[in-house]
Amino acid sequence: MDETVLSRSPEETLACGERLAREPVGDAAGSGTRIVLLEGTLGSGKTLLTKGIARGLGVTDWRYVCSPTFTLINEYQGQRLPLFHFDLYRLEAAADLDELGFDEYLQRPGIVVIEWPERAALRLHDLPAIRVELVITGPEDRRITISRPA
Amino acid sequence: MMILAVETSCDDTCAAVLEAPDMVRANVISSQVEVHAPFGGVVPELASRHHLENMPLVVNRALAEAGARLDDIELVCVTRGPGLVGSLLVGLSFAKAVAFARRLPLVGVHHVEGHLLSPLLENPHISFPYVGLVASGGHTSLFLAADWHTYRLLGRTIDDAAGEAFDKVAKMLELGYPGGPLIERLAGDGDPAAVRFPRAWLAPDSFDFSFSGLKTAVRTVIERGGHRPADIAASFQAAVADVLTARAVRAAERHGVSTVVMAGGVACNRTIRDLLRERAAARGFAAHCASPVLCTDNGAMIGLVGYRRFCRGLVDDRRLNASSRLAL
Repeated sequence: MDETVLSRSPEETLACGERLAREPVGDAAGSGTRIVLLEGTLGSGKTLLTKGIARGLGVTDWRYVCSPTFTLINEYQGQRLPLFHFDLYRLEAAADLDELGFDEYLQRPGIVVIEWPERAALRLHDLPAIRVELVITGPEDRRITISRPA
Repeated sequence: MMILAVETSCDDTCAAVLEAPDMVRANVISSQVEVHAPFGGVVPELASRHHLENMPLVVNRALAEAGARLDDIELVCVTRGPGLVGSLLVGLSFAKAVAFARRLPLVGVHHVEGHLLSPLLENPHISFPYVGLVASGGHTSLFLAADWHTYRLLGRTIDDAAGEAFDKVAKMLELGYPGGPLIERLAGDGDPAAVRFPRAWLAPDSFDFSFSGLKTAVRTVIERGGHRPADIAASFQAAVADVLTARAVRAAERHGVSTVVMAGGVACNRTIRDLLRERAAARGFAAHCASPVLCTDNGAMIGLVGYRRFCRGLVDDRRLNASSRLAL
């Protein structure tokens, strides 16, 4: 079932990401990969939510989790699990995902966050992923809808 | 000494031929030459296979422009990171192959060190220590450069890079890509005081940057309507210029340094260059910016740094590897 969070500030969006990171990942032993697809327009808080996930994973430099728009992928080492932060905004075709070694990231334990997943919708649509949609409802207000795989 | 330098950390395939220590004989960048013409001009820019296709063309062009042959090359320099691993590996493998086949020394170079020192290509008399601002699509960082290869990171962006903010605002204004030159052109007809966009100064002692709030503020103003796009562009550009230059000059004051340099793609922006010079001059500081062709990614800056490393015995071997994340 979908969960809706009404965030009234950047801090609350950060906390929402932190909570997502603390959910158990994969099998009972906690290993495996968690995929988080982030949807929302420019400025809706996708990178901010990812900062929260990094904080939840115990990434020391979580404050410096930056937009990967230019670099396409950023990796961070968390205390529990690594964070792989993708941004497909500049991707021209789903085939470009292969050049980034995308499949290899899915083989590794960690949290894979993907901004602008719609750029590779066909490649991503049947992966078991948490889908998070951020909608701007006011200058600092965001409606965050979290859909978990059945 | 003749140097061949290659750089493939991001979208552009770059090769340069230098005559040591700092004379640039050729500096070829794939996006600025017609190497794509056989493919119809439109090439997906992200793919490492295009680096593969471009690499020999760009290197041959650089050698031809330099009036040199591969036989003349005595040192090979290459970007080893940070950047996209797939892209970095193309340049790195090419450089290794040339060095190995011709028994030449090989030097791996940090991409951001190249940017940080690029103003020295045209101004060899810039003296250390200086404060260096590197602002591009992928980086926005402030360094204290104490000497060759001795740097201290003073601050960096906590969200978007400055060049990325330009790209995203250009997208919101439906101007196209890349955003830097398009915003700058439109801003020329606008009033930089039309909209008072927020400046993120963060903590008083911090030299970090943040452009995410500015990006969101621009979105809000566009959606609310009532402002000309040119005024929005000019006001946005003024906000970025204000924060970047004020931080850089203040860092120089704080660290007792009287020289400020700026490089990276954002340093092409005339308004930002002028404001940096003005603010530096007001405090009696010298300000230097690389010329635009040396601000964006290029091989010449890699050759400059590589040669200096070579002179200090910092030579690499065949085990040199690419690294996507690399601290300077």
